[in-house]
Amino acid sequence: MRSKWPERLLLLPATVWLLVMLVLPLAVVLVFSFGERGPAGGYVPAFTLAQYANLPARFTAFKNTLTLAPLGTFAALIVAYPLAYFLAVKANPRVKTILLVMIIVPFWTSILIRTYAWIFILGGQGIPKLLAMGGLEGIRLINTPTAVLIGIIYGYLPLMVFPIYVSLEKLDKRLLEASEDLGSSPLRTFRNVTLPLSMPGIATGCMLVFILLMGEFLVPALLGGGKVFFIGNALVDLFLQSRNWAYGSAVAATLVIVMLVVVSIYMKLVMRGTNQRKDMSLL
Amino acid sequence: MSKKDNLPITRKKFMQELWRYKRGSVSRRQFLGVTGLGLATAVMGTAVPGLLPRKSWAAGDIGDRVVLATWPNYHDPTNFEQFTEATGANVQMNVFGSNEEMLAKLQAGGSGWDVFVPTNYTITTYVGEGLIEPLELSMIPNYEASAFEPRFSDAGTVDGTVYAVPKNWGTTGFVVNTKHTGGKTLTTWKEFWDISKAEFSGRTMVHDYQLTTIGNALKYFGYSFNSVDPAELADAEKLLIEVKPHLYAINSDYQPPLRNGDAWMSMCWTGDGKQLNTDMPEMDYVLGREGGEIWSDYYAVPKGAAHREAGYALINFLLDPAVNAKEVLAHGYPVADSRANALLPKELLEDPILYPAQELLDALEFGAAATLTDPNRAELLARFKSA
Repeated sequence: MRSKWPERLLLLPATVWLLVMLVLPLAVVLVFSFGERGPAGGYVPAFTLAQYANLPARFTAFKNTLTLAPLGTFAALIVAYPLAYFLAVKANPRVKTILLVMIIVPFWTSILIRTYAWIFILGGQGIPKLLAMGGLEGIRLINTPTAVLIGIIYGYLPLMVFPIYVSLEKLDKRLLEASEDLGSSPLRTFRNVTLPLSMPGIATGCMLVFILLMGEFLVPALLGGGKVFFIGNALVDLFLQSRNWAYGSAVAATLVIVMLVVVSIYMKLVMRGTNQRKDMSLL
Repeated sequence: MSKKDNLPITRKKFMQELWRYKRGSVSRRQFLGVTGLGLATAVMGTAVPGLLPRKSWAAGDIGDRVVLATWPNYHDPTNFEQFTEATGANVQMNVFGSNEEMLAKLQAGGSGWDVFVPTNYTITTYVGEGLIEPLELSMIPNYEASAFEPRFSDAGTVDGTVYAVPKNWGTTGFVVNTKHTGGKTLTTWKEFWDISKAEFSGRTMVHDYQLTTIGNALKYFGYSFNSVDPAELADAEKLLIEVKPHLYAINSDYQPPLRNGDAWMSMCWTGDGKQLNTDMPEMDYVLGREGGEIWSDYYAVPKGAAHREAGYALINFLLDPAVNAKEVLAHGYPVADSRANALLPKELLEDPILYPAQELLDALEFGAAATLTDPNRAELLARFKSA
């Protein structure tokens, strides 16, 4: 099997990376999750299920994550699809390039700074003030779930736009003409031709956004004022405030398991829906 | 530099300001005022390492940098500039929101700090965990133990060994915008919590810190600020959960929303109270009559500090009475050093925010080590936040 060697050698960096950066830390998390908190915090070796028994204490955080993550994903999809459609189908090439650049450029600035900007936009001197001038008094945005949702849509929009854009870009325009020739209304054409053919893009975009949202910490911390609490925020607190590494590990392990379950159900549904495994290659 | 908040700013001016800020020659507050950028800048400064001054200074045999972990709005940046000029070591500042976070960083290892600023009740824990070194006092000649008021300096000594030297002391009260109370002044923690649920609904902030947020909720019932009694903590939790939907935010960085009018009241430390009151006289700093916290901060050196010598040099520099007095003028926290106080203007030494009336001070308690490390209190705050 001499010829296998170069292949193995090439795979070595990735294997080492995965082992050191993924498998090993996960093993540590798992081991810690059965331990106990030390008197001044940290971790003391033990074998107890106490940390897992205490999981209901973070029920609200799990609930918030599991409602706002799908909601955020869906909202981002609703905003992203028309944009991607316009870019891929309607826009003329020059405008298209400019628009694509405009979508990418914000990525050059840290998400942290861009999210901070939203504190001012959504704060009392921002949009609510404009609304008050228009007669809508007393609207509160900052430090509410709505603010968090807005921040999520803003932050994750490009991740949703691009996969959908790619799948719509590949769309064979002749199919649209054929549909029209066969007497379909534009709406029906969209429903029967465009939408199904862009499903792989939608599936990929939703997956990317959803997975990242499940671990989201920054947007709720900044735009939720410490009141909208995701599981990510709970983890940060457990490690950086309460210094309860054992319990933090149990929560983290549970999050990983919940995500694996949710994502595999999602994959199953998507696979059945599109039945086109190869088009999921973007994943 | 004058503080004209709403001037438009050119790109070039912005970069100049950012550079000045990074060097520490303007305060964060001034910088934010000038650029109108808000908190984002604190992050940006560290994200743009190219903006650090590269110039190498002649003096430096203590290295080119010293890393300081400290609290928000707690130093006079011109002092750092002076330190850099004198020694060639650039001061890099990490700002924290709670002692727990500092402890977590040190416990996890690799903090990279050379000096940090722990509060009185944490020091025995740091010593017990072997995280800080006994201070080599010969390297801090400006520290003169007899000049310091013992009650603000004795927590630095554990079992006869000096592990930390005093920085500032202060109180934890609350600041309230009296424009919204019809000019009425509040005087108790009971009022703080009650008004938060009523007229001030959606306008109150509490610290993202178990010690003060739980401690001041305990005060509502007249319990000790340091209580770890399960029944008393349960009462405090009930109050906190009840108030939570009415809060503006749970955040220790309360100055920005208080200044722009989004929040009307917040738990508050002495210096922030002084800074806010100076700029907005309607901001009233109140110590609850029931009591609350009095504290003292210290300088300490973590074990294995990478720029240990520079760390000691910085402590020594900041304890120079003239430098220390300048610090007080900038941040508004009192010092326990009689030599520095001798250099301060009389009106500051008589300021009721810095030096509250004796009967108010008498009701205050120093935080206890057990209060910080109690797992039930930590868990209570987490439940409150995730509720």
